[in-house]
Amino acid sequence: MGAANFRGGVHPEYRKELTASLAITAASIPQKVVIPLHQHTGAPCEPLVKVGDPVKTGQKIGDSEAFVSAPVHASISGTVTAIEPCNHPLGRKVTAIIIESDGRDEWCSELEPVEKVDDLSPEEIRALIRSAGIVGLGGAAFPAHVKLSPPEGKAIDTVIINGAECEPYLTADHRLMLEKPDEIVFGLELIMKALGAGRGIIGIEDNKPDALRVMRQAVEGKSDMSVVALKTKYPQGAEKMLIQVTTRRVVPSGGLPLDVGVVNHNVGSAVAITEALKKGKPLIERVVTVTGEGVRRPANLLVRLGTLVSELIDYCGGLKEETCKVITGGPMMGLAQPTTDLPVIKGTSGIVALTSEDAAFYENGSCIRCAACVRTCPINLVPTFIAQAAEHGLYDRAEKLHAADCIECGCCSYICPARIPLTQWIRIAKAEVLARRKG
Amino acid sequence: MNGKLVISSSPHIRTIQSVQSIMLDVLIALGPVVLVAVFLFGSRALITMGVAMGAAMLTEALWLRRWNIFGDGSAAVTGLLLAMTLPANVPWWIPAIGAVTAIIIGKQVYGGIGQNIFNPALVGRAILVASWGSRLAGPIWPVPKPFHFFADISAVTAATPLSGDAEALKVSLSQLFIGNMPGCLGETSAVALIFGAFWLAYKGHIDWRIPGGFLGIVWIMGALFGGGFYINPVMTGFFHVLAGGVLLGALFMATDMVTSPVTPNAKLIFGMGCGLITMLIRLFGAYPEGVTFAILTMNALTPLIDKFTIPRKFGEVKRFARL
Repeated sequence: MGAANFRGGVHPEYRKELTASLAITAASIPQKVVIPLHQHTGAPCEPLVKVGDPVKTGQKIGDSEAFVSAPVHASISGTVTAIEPCNHPLGRKVTAIIIESDGRDEWCSELEPVEKVDDLSPEEIRALIRSAGIVGLGGAAFPAHVKLSPPEGKAIDTVIINGAECEPYLTADHRLMLEKPDEIVFGLELIMKALGAGRGIIGIEDNKPDALRVMRQAVEGKSDMSVVALKTKYPQGAEKMLIQVTTRRVVPSGGLPLDVGVVNHNVGSAVAITEALKKGKPLIERVVTVTGEGVRRPANLLVRLGTLVSELIDYCGGLKEETCKVITGGPMMGLAQPTTDLPVIKGTSGIVALTSEDAAFYENGSCIRCAACVRTCPINLVPTFIAQAAEHGLYDRAEKLHAADCIECGCCSYICPARIPLTQWIRIAKAEVLARRKG
Repeated sequence: MNGKLVISSSPHIRTIQSVQSIMLDVLIALGPVVLVAVFLFGSRALITMGVAMGAAMLTEALWLRRWNIFGDGSAAVTGLLLAMTLPANVPWWIPAIGAVTAIIIGKQVYGGIGQNIFNPALVGRAILVASWGSRLAGPIWPVPKPFHFFADISAVTAATPLSGDAEALKVSLSQLFIGNMPGCLGETSAVALIFGAFWLAYKGHIDWRIPGGFLGIVWIMGALFGGGFYINPVMTGFFHVLAGGVLLGALFMATDMVTSPVTPNAKLIFGMGCGLITMLIRLFGAYPEGVTFAILTMNALTPLIDKFTIPRKFGEVKRFARL
């Protein structure tokens, strides 16, 4: 059987060779961190500390009563110097707790390592994951415990660990699979246990044969787990695509993976869950790929959350003269940043500095109706028609063309020979359609 | 870093393919047809193609007040495709007028590339046929003279096999396939056309649906209603596929991106419609050939077909049933 496949998709230049062979190294512990109180999908946290308070590494400094939320923790020890709105990778100012380091990196032990993990009940696993502040580390930053709490009547039989890493340039997940396979497998076991799921699948694109080999070794002897080789094609790691190719189940339009009995987690989240339970370590650091033609010394770094992007870039030798764009996340779905004075947050999988003229500016022409966008859309939409409707403000038509189903993967914009920003137009239409539905 | 960071919506990387690269691929795909045309009809073929391409590019550059004569390459494609529909022995001003009208009336008045409803090359040809019909219809088609580059090919002319002319019908199927028969520049050699189409398919610019629907219907209708005049009904179907402009139309004209549908099902319906109208004209109409008007008619229907064939979105089929 060949590698699993889905309809549509594109083959961008992957450029993973910049960092794929570089082992994860710990970045130096920063003098100052900026911890936004909102780093996840859901309700923002309220601060639990005041300006002037001393904090220790791993101390919970923000939390919320809301179910869909995740607490934030101090990632260094030191003193809270300010609680104020700061730059945030999502583009708006978000209240953040700023901590100046005392240089000692003293850990607190709010979260105890669990001696006998096997004895934990699903409820206990969920509670521990929540208190560790773990969210989806693939980029969407959806609180992990919420995904582990399916509503009444929705039985989950399959857990998929997403090791596709289909975004070009990024290699953080690749390195985690090579360096922490046992933690990933253990995390998967915990997730399966919390959900009562009988099957675990680890999906990896076949451009990472070493990761496939290592992970296959790691699941050897576990009859309820398998490693699936995925065809190397963007957006293989998109939730709906990954579920379709690994389980042949189709997530209904407007539905969630749990509607088809599946829960997805990223490899980074699996590692974080393992470390939270085994070591009592809350989510205070993550692996970030700092890469791109504009970075002098690309690297895979273990970074304390709240470290400023500018500091990481300096750590990697700084930006080259010709850099025109800095992205948090990958180049297909990541966000271009106007400044590097912003913190790494839980969902920051990469920092990519681009130099090409194309990244800086492109002139868009008229649609020549070549239908390349129609062929590449993994959701089977007609992107050019939705974009035209959006351009003319015809949102009823955009809705009829299923604008709300767009997963914003960027394939249509990528492939358009006329360089029309189709994804951008569809985003506008989608936002408008969803806003109208809410009424 | 010079201090300025660009921000824009994702994605931040783009394919290297552009409108210009697609047009270049179409020109490359027409290469074999051009070579065969020059081989069969000599210098006159070169002149006709050169004048049409030159006039088309010049007209577009002047209209757009653009210094780059080649531009996105679409005018060159239009000019060459127009020349492909003409006999080699037409006076030079016929391709010139055809190309100018193709660019202006067929394309620019709608707003330029991407906006035109009708295939510009076929608009140009339709205007030429309406204006100088006697030069473009009847037993005017030059008989090929291979290996004679400077030969006067106007000396011997004949009717197209499609006219039903007894003499013209003596052409063999293999002759039709290779292209050694009287006809316009681009319609003679099936081999060269298919070769070019495979290149376009390989580059992902055309898929099987439009040519498949078009040729399939022509073959079926030719076999069923062709009267079996050519050996037997099945062979008559093949005769209709290989004779005249069907292959040129199905592979290069109907597949024009701008004027054909974008959804997969619409492409198939569009192709079948082209085949149907072509055969209605051939079998029951007053003209021996109907490809031009079939494609132009279907061009007009393109937005409508697209509208009714929006594909099912992912996950729309049915709710997942637990096994």
